[in-house]
Amino acid sequence: MTKHAIWIACSGGQMGVGMKKGKRRHIFVLRLVLGLWAAAVGGILPAGRGICHVLAKEDVIILRVCNWEEYIDLGDWDEEELIELDNGAAILGTDALYREFEDWFYQTYGKRVQVEYSCFGTNEDLYNQLTLGDSYDLVCPSDYMIMKLMAEGALEPYSDGFFDGEREENYYKRCVSPYIARVFAENQIGGESWERYAAGYMWGVTGVLYNPEQMTREEASTWAVFDNPDFYRQITLKDNVRDTYFSTLGYLRRDQLTQEAFLNDPDYHEKLENLMNDVTPETIGEVEKLLGDIMGNVYALETDSGKADMVTGKIIANYQWSGDAVYAMDQAEEDGVYLEFAVPRECTNLWFDGWVMLKNGIGGDPDKKLAAEAFVNFLSMPENAVRNMYYIGYTSAISGGEDDTVFSYLNWCYGAEEEEEDTVSYPVGYFFSGDNADPDYVVCAPREQVGRQLSTQYPSQEVISRAAVMWYFNEEETRGINQMWINIRCLDLREIPLWCVLLTLCVLAALAAAAVLHRKNHYYS
Amino acid sequence: MGVFRFSRKQLCIPYAVFLLCFVAAPLLVVIYYAFTNGEGRFTLDNLTGFFTSPYTIGTLAYSFAIAVVTTCVCLLLAYPIAYILAGSRWKQKSVIVVMFILPMWINFTLRITALKEILTVIEGNLAFHPFLNTIIGMTYDFLPFMILPMYTTLLKLDKSLLEAAADLGAGPVQVFCKVTLPLSVPGIISGVVMVFLPAMTNYVVLDMLYNSTYIMGSLIGSFFSAYDWHNGSMIALVLLLIILVFTLVTDRYTEEDAGNRGGALL
Repeated sequence: MTKHAIWIACSGGQMGVGMKKGKRRHIFVLRLVLGLWAAAVGGILPAGRGICHVLAKEDVIILRVCNWEEYIDLGDWDEEELIELDNGAAILGTDALYREFEDWFYQTYGKRVQVEYSCFGTNEDLYNQLTLGDSYDLVCPSDYMIMKLMAEGALEPYSDGFFDGEREENYYKRCVSPYIARVFAENQIGGESWERYAAGYMWGVTGVLYNPEQMTREEASTWAVFDNPDFYRQITLKDNVRDTYFSTLGYLRRDQLTQEAFLNDPDYHEKLENLMNDVTPETIGEVEKLLGDIMGNVYALETDSGKADMVTGKIIANYQWSGDAVYAMDQAEEDGVYLEFAVPRECTNLWFDGWVMLKNGIGGDPDKKLAAEAFVNFLSMPENAVRNMYYIGYTSAISGGEDDTVFSYLNWCYGAEEEEEDTVSYPVGYFFSGDNADPDYVVCAPREQVGRQLSTQYPSQEVISRAAVMWYFNEEETRGINQMWINIRCLDLREIPLWCVLLTLCVLAALAAAAVLHRKNHYYS
Repeated sequence: MGVFRFSRKQLCIPYAVFLLCFVAAPLLVVIYYAFTNGEGRFTLDNLTGFFTSPYTIGTLAYSFAIAVVTTCVCLLLAYPIAYILAGSRWKQKSVIVVMFILPMWINFTLRITALKEILTVIEGNLAFHPFLNTIIGMTYDFLPFMILPMYTTLLKLDKSLLEAAADLGAGPVQVFCKVTLPLSVPGIISGVVMVFLPAMTNYVVLDMLYNSTYIMGSLIGSFFSAYDWHNGSMIALVLLLIILVFTLVTDRYTEEDAGNRGGALL
């Protein structure tokens, strides 16, 4: 999801050490070399294959997939990385998932498919690529971009066959978490629910990643933390207008959001989402004013550097997406720094990345559509979901259904060792079976894990209850919040002190006079 | 008839094609977007919007301030070094010159990342001096571009002119002010151009050193990421015009100096 290159540059060399249960992270440089090598070999092999298939070329389905950078397992695990789960599953990533898909598709459907895999950096980049004419068949944007594409009629709906849970190969339908399925069914755009158009891939919430040695959990558990003078110039916000708007709005409306009457309202969730998606000009004005104050208190805005800066101690807290927070905590532990993640008590932003098919890419070709749906199903196989989670560190939308591989993996990551005494029961039933009281889905974890990776990767039901999806905004609303962002980020001419202006004018006048004099002398001499 | 005859002019064709595809055509697109609105109709709103918004003008002023200060600091640091190096008779001076160019061989983001750590050690908290940090970062980044052209100019300077001036009774200070300095103006100007222009738009330095205030480059980017091609293009166009004017003025200066003074003397 993010560009880890700089991070790797700063902390390279420490990876692979002391990874007892830690997830395998991107051993970036090695991977790069291997990737280049693979690309070179891969360039030769298809050429050879191409000759064999030159007559049957029509039979090969080309599937163009565009995904976030570093957002799929690329395989090549060492043998000691084998994950042996309690349910008997043994998972080892040998090849990139999209390559393995080609074989699986041939075995399952008897047709050849070739995946052309590429990456994008931000949702806006992807959208711009699409409008500039790049065509893909299957892409993985975030929630609001899915909504935008849906509203613009650019998406191809999933076929009825995809939702048939009786068929063995329909892994998405059979394995998706009931919680994610419900959210996708409930949210609608133009009278149609998301689930017709999008299949969940990764999800999470937003919150505050903090260093517990310098900040208490209480202090971190509110959007007001960014305006707390005790941490003057020690916290970073996201350099991203949507995230910053959300957190500032949560701070602005904190009294209403934590009121008993509001929390107990039968329509609480609907009201919460309406409140947190309020982009009327008046609200934007209020947010702008408050954000101006906050900017005077925070350290800076960042996109990627916050994780490294937490470890080096430049900052003691930052606004973070849960997936990146898990990554940062794992990295920090290797340096002996223990970070925690708190979700503000007011509300949090529930976000998703999901697979959608593009109309102009699929172009009504039933084979292509079949391949695109099969790709989603392949990634939704519990073993593959685990491989992705292990590789990326984010939380998959797949719970496994009847198969308990994903839950076993959760236990493998965070479950307490038998001799450990100080443990807590952490229920995650809401995600795995739809019932949080389900005794089958309770993790028995070391106490310290609550507040760390476990509760970050799988937020508790109590946290989820105050999570709101941030919608996409129409053109005018987008312009409104973007203008607010520009106003915040730009130097206001009216704020430049008078002496500065006068001084500049004097200097300019002096320069002009010097130039004129210089010229005069020139003519005379 | 019809026989292909090779002439030297044809060697220009690849470059002309390149120029057409990657300079002229995009420029036309920028101009088109700058003067149209969302519906594709002609409008001057983007232009008036630029000059009436206190935020865009403020950003322009801020970019200018950064560029001017960076250029001055670079000039003050680089001139003495170039002067001493060019004048010294030390045989290994090329080693020193290489040392100044050496940072350019290392990736720029890596250098700024390292600088960030150094500055944190010195200042404690980077967030207190965003402007100062930006200037330090930019200076660190662009100093070689200032030293090199000045060093080359000073190296080529005819030493007999200095001796002649001294023979005619000028003191060292007078020799410097009346001969060396005027003759090194072309080097100073190409150094200034090479530092000033990128300093106005290089927002990566600001991002990496935690200066959250926009400069022109980041402002254009923010419009583009909100799909507002029209206002973004207008800012790009205004910036282009400013740079054009700046280049024209400095060009005239160099020509004047090279023609009148240098030419007359040499």
